[in-house]
Amino acid sequence: MASIFRTIADLWSLVVGLGITGKEFCKPGVTVHYPRAEVTPEAAASFRGPIELIGLDKDPAKPKCIACMLCVSACPSNCITVTRAPTPKPTPEELKAMAEAEARGEKPKKPAPPKAPGTWAYDFSLCSLCGSCVEACPVDSIGFSHDIYMVGTKREDFVFDQLARLARKAAARKPEPKPAAKAAPEAATAPAAPVAAPSEPGTATPASEA
Amino acid sequence: MHSTETLRSHGPACPAASADGGCADDQIAGDGYTCHFEQGARPESLILNMGPQHPSTHGVLRVLLELDGEYIVRAEPVLGYLHRMHEKMAEVKTPAQFMPNMGRVDYLHALAWNWAYVGAVEKLAGIEIPERAEYLRVITCELNRISSHLLWWGAYLLDLGAFTPIMYAFDDREMLLDLLQLMTGSRLTYSSFRFGGVYTDASPAFVQGVRQFVPHLRSRLPMYTALVTENIILRRRIEEVGVIPQDMVARYGASGPVARGSGIAYDVRRAEPYSVYDRFDYEIPLRHEECSMARYMVRMAEIEQSLRIIEQAVESLPDGEHMHPKAPKPSFKLPAGESYFAVEGARGKIGVWIASDGGKTPYRVKLRAPGFSNLALFAECARGTLLADAVAILGSLDMVIPEIDR
Amino acid sequence: MNATISFDSVLHVVLALVGVAVFVGLNGLLLVYAERKVAGFIQRRPGPYEVGPQGILQAVADALKLIGKQLVRPDRADPLLFWMAPVLAFFPVLLLFLPIPFSPLLTGWDVNLGLLLILAFAGFNVLALLLAGWGSNNKYGLLGAARAVAQSVAYEIPLLLAVLAIAFQEGTLSLSAIVGGQGGMPWQWNIAVQPLAFLIFFVSALGETNRAPFDLPEAESELTAGFHTEYSGMGFGMFFLAEYANMIVACSVCTVLFLGGWKGPFLDGAWWFLAKVYGLLLSMMWFRWTYPRVRFDQLLNLNWRWLLPLGVLNLLATAFVMKL
Repeated sequence: MASIFRTIADLWSLVVGLGITGKEFCKPGVTVHYPRAEVTPEAAASFRGPIELIGLDKDPAKPKCIACMLCVSACPSNCITVTRAPTPKPTPEELKAMAEAEARGEKPKKPAPPKAPGTWAYDFSLCSLCGSCVEACPVDSIGFSHDIYMVGTKREDFVFDQLARLARKAAARKPEPKPAAKAAPEAATAPAAPVAAPSEPGTATPASEA
Repeated sequence: MHSTETLRSHGPACPAASADGGCADDQIAGDGYTCHFEQGARPESLILNMGPQHPSTHGVLRVLLELDGEYIVRAEPVLGYLHRMHEKMAEVKTPAQFMPNMGRVDYLHALAWNWAYVGAVEKLAGIEIPERAEYLRVITCELNRISSHLLWWGAYLLDLGAFTPIMYAFDDREMLLDLLQLMTGSRLTYSSFRFGGVYTDASPAFVQGVRQFVPHLRSRLPMYTALVTENIILRRRIEEVGVIPQDMVARYGASGPVARGSGIAYDVRRAEPYSVYDRFDYEIPLRHEECSMARYMVRMAEIEQSLRIIEQAVESLPDGEHMHPKAPKPSFKLPAGESYFAVEGARGKIGVWIASDGGKTPYRVKLRAPGFSNLALFAECARGTLLADAVAILGSLDMVIPEIDR
Repeated sequence: MNATISFDSVLHVVLALVGVAVFVGLNGLLLVYAERKVAGFIQRRPGPYEVGPQGILQAVADALKLIGKQLVRPDRADPLLFWMAPVLAFFPVLLLFLPIPFSPLLTGWDVNLGLLLILAFAGFNVLALLLAGWGSNNKYGLLGAARAVAQSVAYEIPLLLAVLAIAFQEGTLSLSAIVGGQGGMPWQWNIAVQPLAFLIFFVSALGETNRAPFDLPEAESELTAGFHTEYSGMGFGMFFLAEYANMIVACSVCTVLFLGGWKGPFLDGAWWFLAKVYGLLLSMMWFRWTYPRVRFDQLLNLNWRWLLPLGVLNLLATAFVMKL
C-alpha cells in the first residue's frame, strides 16, 4: 500500500520534468548558426589552428626560419618537409677571392648555403596540432594560425606551401598595395569566398582570411 | 581462449563446417566468433549481435548475445575493432613525439592520459616540475573530468531514450571547452602537458573564466537533478539494474565509479597520491547499492567534487613558471629503467608503464586502460538481465571503446 | 441515422474520405515539421531552417526524398507480407476519421456506432506491425514486432475502459452526440467530470501510437529500428505517416470525448476542434522530448497493474454514479 502512494508521489517528477523542458523551450537558442553567424575571431584566437611561419620584423614576407630542420624531426607525424635554399652562385668578388686563395695554396672559401628555407611544405591532413614543432623551433619561426573555417575540395588542398602563405598574408596586411607578383595567383582576396580557385596544391583557404 | 583455427577457418569444431572448411549450413553462419559462441547455445535461444554498428555501444563494440526471449543468457564482448596500435607507436616514436597519441587514446579525458604518461617519464628521468605547473595540471585535468562526465551523462540518457539532456549537457560543455581552449589551444584531444610542466601558462582570462564557470555549473546541476535524476522513469530504468557485487569488482580489477558505486572506496588520488591533490579538501563519493543508479550518482557527485577542487586550486594558484627551466628539450632520451605512474581518470585508474633501454625510443610502453577491466565484468554482470537492461548497464560502465582497444 | 444507403450518403462518405486523405497528408507534413521544431526549441537549437523560409519546406523535401528512394526488400523477406505491412498500417487510418465530428457540418459519416468503428479499425495497426516484423526476416525486426504487438494489444484495453466510461455517462456511442452532451466552457467538458478517464485514455493513446515514453518498438538505441529496420524509402514513409495519422486520430477522439470537441466559450466551430487537437499533439511531442523510454516489462506492468485496475474502478464508479 505504501509503495502505491510512493509511486503516485514520484509521478510529480514527471510534471517537474515537463516544466523544465517547457521553460527551456521559451529560451533562445545557444547554437552558433553557421553560416549566418560564425565563431568570432576573438573566440578563435586561442585555438591551435594549422601552423604558419612567422615573418621577420624587418621583412614580414620572409620567415625567421633558419632551415635547421628541428621541427621536421620533432614532428610525430612527418608533416613538415623543409629544404634549404640553394647556395647562390658566387659573386665575381668571391670568385676572385677563391682564385687567390687557391693560388696561395689554401682551401678556397666556398659560399655557404644560406640559413633560409627554399621550400617549406606542411601537410595539414597529417598534422595533429600537438605543437611540438612550435616548441622545437629555436628562433620562434612557427606559430599557430587560428583558421577554423578551412575549406578544400581535395586532399592536395591541404598541403600548404608555407612560404607562399606567409608572403600572401604579409601582402594582405600591408597598407599600401603590393604588386600582384608578390601575392600568389590563387589568393582568394574576397573574405567571403570560402573556397579558392581549385586545382592548385595548398589552396585550402580560410573563409575569413584577411 | 579461441584457437586461431576456429577463428580463421571455421575449423573442424564448428558445427556448420563442411569438409573443405567452408560453411555447410545454408544460412549465413557468421564469422569465427559467432561460430564459437553458437556452439554453447541452447536450441531455443536466439543469437543476436549487438554491434559493432550500434547506436548505444559508445564506439565500435560488438557484444554477442544469447537471448531467451528478452533475457540474456550469455553475453560476450568482442573487442579489437578500434585497435590502433598505440603501444607499438610508442616503440617507434621518441617520448616527446608520443605525446599527441595520449590524447587520442581516451579523447574524453585526454588530460588524464597525458598526465599518466608525462608522470611516468618524469619519474623515470627525474624531471622536476614547478608548483604552478602542478596546480595548472590539476585544474585542467579536473575540468576535463567534468566535461567527460557531462558527455557521459548526456550519452547515457540518449541510450535510454531521452533526447534532450545531451543537448543541455553539451551547452555547459561548450563553456568548458572554451575555457580549456584558452588554456591549451585544443578542445578535445589535448596534448598540452610537457615533460617539466605545461605547454602554455594560464592567462588572466582563463582564471577569470574558471571563476565564472564554477558557480554557473553549480547552478545548472539542480536542473539536471530535477529533470533527470529524480525522474521516475529513469529511476525505474536504472535502479537495481546491473548489480556488481564487490567481489566481482575485485576479480576483474574494475576501478573508478564502477568500484565506488559498489562500496569500494578506491581513488588513485587518495590511494596513490600524486601531484598536489593532498592540499585540497574534497570527498570521494561512495555508494553501496552496487546498481547502475549508484554509479550514476557517484559520477554526478564527482562533478561537484571536481568543482570544489578547481575552486580551491584557482584560489591558491601560486605564481611562478609554467615550465621548469631545466625541462628537457623535445629531443631528449630517456635513461634506462622502468617506471609506472597511475592517475585517476574519469573511468578509473589509468596507468602508464614505461621501460626504456636508454635509446631514442622507449623499449615498451604499456597503457593500462580502466575501461578494459570495467568492460570485462559485463559478460558476468549481464547474465539474466533483459536486453534493455544490457544497454543501461553498458552505459553505466562509461566505456570509451578507443581506450579499451587502444 | 437511418440504415438505407442512398447515393447522397455514399457520395458524402467518398468526399469525406478524400477530404480526410488531404487533411492527413497536410497534417503529416505539418506535424513532422512541428515535431522537429519543437524538439529544436526544447534543445535550444533552431531545428530545420534551410529548406524554405524557417525550414517550412523541410517535410516536403523529406517526403520527396522518401518517394524517390529505391524500394528494397531483403532477399528472403516474404514479398506479400513485407509490402502489405506499410499499406495496412496507413490506409485504414483514413477510415478512422470518418465518424469524428470536426464541426456540426463537417462529419464524415455520423454513425451511431462511431466509437465502435474507431476501436475496431484501430486493430489494423497491430496486424501491420506484426506483418512488418515477421516479413522482414530479421531478428531485430522480429523482436520489435513482438514488442509492438504485445504493447498494442495490451494498451487497447484501458483505452476501451476509458471510452466506455464516457459512453456509459452519455448513453451513446455516437461521437456527435457525445460532443453535443458537453458544453462550451472548460468546466462543462467531460474532463471535469472524468479526469481519471482522460488520464487513462491519454496514456493508453501514447502506448497505442508507440509514442515516447512508450516508443519501444522503434527504440533506436536498443534495437536499431525495431519492426521497420528493413524498410527504407516509401515503405518507411508509410509507417512514419501512419504513426502521425494515428496520433491525430487519438488526439481527435480524445478531444471529442473529453475536451468538448468543436464547442468553445464563444463561436463554436471546427477551429476550436483543431485548436484542441493541436494542443494535445503538442503535448504528445512535449512528452517525447522530455522523458526517457520505459522498459518493456515496465510498460506492460504499467498497463496490467495500474491502468487496467484504474480503468475498471473508474467504470464501476461511473456506473455507480449513473445509477444514483
